[in-house]
Amino acid sequence: MRVAEQPFQFVTASYLTRIGNQKTHNLTDLGRGLEESSEASIFYHTFQSLGRHHFLTEGFSNDFAQWVLAACNRPGLAEQLASLDIRDYIAVGDLRRDLQNIVAAYCDAHPEEARQAAFEDFFFCEAIEVSVPLGIEAWTLEEFRRGLEMLSHASFHFHFISSRLRLQLHTNDFSLWLAGNLGLESLAKRLDRIDIYTNTIEGAQAKMLALVDKELAS
Amino acid sequence: MTAAPRVTRLLRLDDYIPVLGAAEVSELRALAGRLQGRTVEMVNSTSVGGGVAEILSRLVPLLEELGVAVRWDVITGGNDFFEITKAFHNALHGGPYDMPPQSFEIFLAYNEQNRARLQLEAEFTVIHDPQPVALINARGNHAGNWIWRCHIDLSRPNTTVWGFLEPYVQRYDGAIFSSPEFSRQLSIPQYLFYPCIDPLSEKNRELEPEYIAGILEGFGIDPKRPVLTQISRFDRLKDPVGVVRAYQIVKRYFDCQLVLAGGGAADDPEGGRVLEEVRQAAQDDSDVHVLDLPPWSALEINALQRASTIVIQKSLREGFGLTVTEALWKKRPVVASAVGGIPTQVIHKHTGMLSHSVEGCAYQIRFLLSNPAIAERLGEQGHQHVREHFLITSSARRYLTLFLHLLDGRGA
Repeated sequence: MRVAEQPFQFVTASYLTRIGNQKTHNLTDLGRGLEESSEASIFYHTFQSLGRHHFLTEGFSNDFAQWVLAACNRPGLAEQLASLDIRDYIAVGDLRRDLQNIVAAYCDAHPEEARQAAFEDFFFCEAIEVSVPLGIEAWTLEEFRRGLEMLSHASFHFHFISSRLRLQLHTNDFSLWLAGNLGLESLAKRLDRIDIYTNTIEGAQAKMLALVDKELAS
Repeated sequence: MTAAPRVTRLLRLDDYIPVLGAAEVSELRALAGRLQGRTVEMVNSTSVGGGVAEILSRLVPLLEELGVAVRWDVITGGNDFFEITKAFHNALHGGPYDMPPQSFEIFLAYNEQNRARLQLEAEFTVIHDPQPVALINARGNHAGNWIWRCHIDLSRPNTTVWGFLEPYVQRYDGAIFSSPEFSRQLSIPQYLFYPCIDPLSEKNRELEPEYIAGILEGFGIDPKRPVLTQISRFDRLKDPVGVVRAYQIVKRYFDCQLVLAGGGAADDPEGGRVLEEVRQAAQDDSDVHVLDLPPWSALEINALQRASTIVIQKSLREGFGLTVTEALWKKRPVVASAVGGIPTQVIHKHTGMLSHSVEGCAYQIRFLLSNPAIAERLGEQGHQHVREHFLITSSARRYLTLFLHLLDGRGA
């Protein structure tokens, strides 16, 4: 049984939503809001939003796309915004730039639609993260499995999705530890490939557990 | 009719494990770890009746069980005070303010009386709604954090009343609103705490099928045909006549029934007039069931919601819309107007359907009646949405997170 040099520390994260003083009435405003809003706000409406709506596995990607669809009735633009995969980003600034570019291109091509009032305003909010160690640590793959099984949705999202921004790497806490501390690079890659857009958090967690079980059985 | 057993014992955190899972409950305990023995004082204006008292009566025991030393105080005042605060309430919702100028002095005098009577020395003081807002005068040099929890919609307040209250609000360390739409532009941090329901309360807990069947039979509702339901007061802002019109369109395509259940007709002349308009619009259709229920009908409402094929909330204006939350929790497909806090709950085509007109409402109902698998998926996802965000335990988690955030000195 391989024992890690450093244990994996399971953490729970909880989020406060802070309401910003910025709101948008139409697509032109949205473009401006994307430019002016804080990084915490972009994080809230993309990374955080996916976690908040993890149980929607068909067609929900981020708050911007959903607002463009439901409040502005622009399915084409919504689809483009929804197609951005947050796992491709290790910096919020890059994600903001891509969102801005998509909205700006649409507004340039459709100036009248861009000025049309939405059914409802979009309010920019921010996520404030508070993390607390759960007091569970893993030195071996068996212990890791036990800890993984006990994680809530919020903790799983913290380690699997939000971690990319924290690490500034195209990976997640679990994979980083498995590869770096237990030398399980192949398992780490398989875990990282689990699609969070087409799985609920429960589904992703179950797939991860199955992959770990397979590794333990081999 | 089979009687449903009443819940009498005080609920414990572990009672929520079947609803939330053990991991969520154990993480609540982990979050509360650093808050053991920390003092919190909640202050509102009534101990029974009304949504705030209902929430606090469940929230305070949960936080106490988690090790937080919570004290719940209720302010006192004479009839003149509560007449003024009722006028404030209506004015903050956008109505006129007709009280005499000295009403502000009376309001402040009662707040001062309460300030002298209450302890107000906790590390975290949470003042609920406008009635006790001037208790912030007690802050002095005390080091604790003061938060104002606003449960009402401030999007279009009467400027006289808001102009009076705002300077007090701005002296708090933060304000909590139920929806971004309900907030104001303030210089203090504003946090979003959704209203919540208790999944184990009489209005929301699971019911035996026999009990539900008995309720339907009692009201003469046919369980074999689709049932469309709107639960709300007989109030024009809930547009019950619009619901009847939408039902009449749907009826051309589906042999369905409509249930309009709520209160407010007996003790409110306006409610009585609306009820009459609803009956006129229904034109003696025996498939339209208009039920004027007394306030103690939680179990009956629970049963009606659970028996519904589709739940409607066709409001013209709405607060957060907890009747929508209740329906989603019961896995019912919901068709609702995109007003107030409803779009937060009904994510269009994901957790329900939004509409903007009578015809739109009727169309979405027809669509769901024609596509039961989609309706079922919406109901399931709506339930998950409530489980994640709109339960009393989510509210406890938000308070714990806020206190930790303030404890770390990051609330400024």
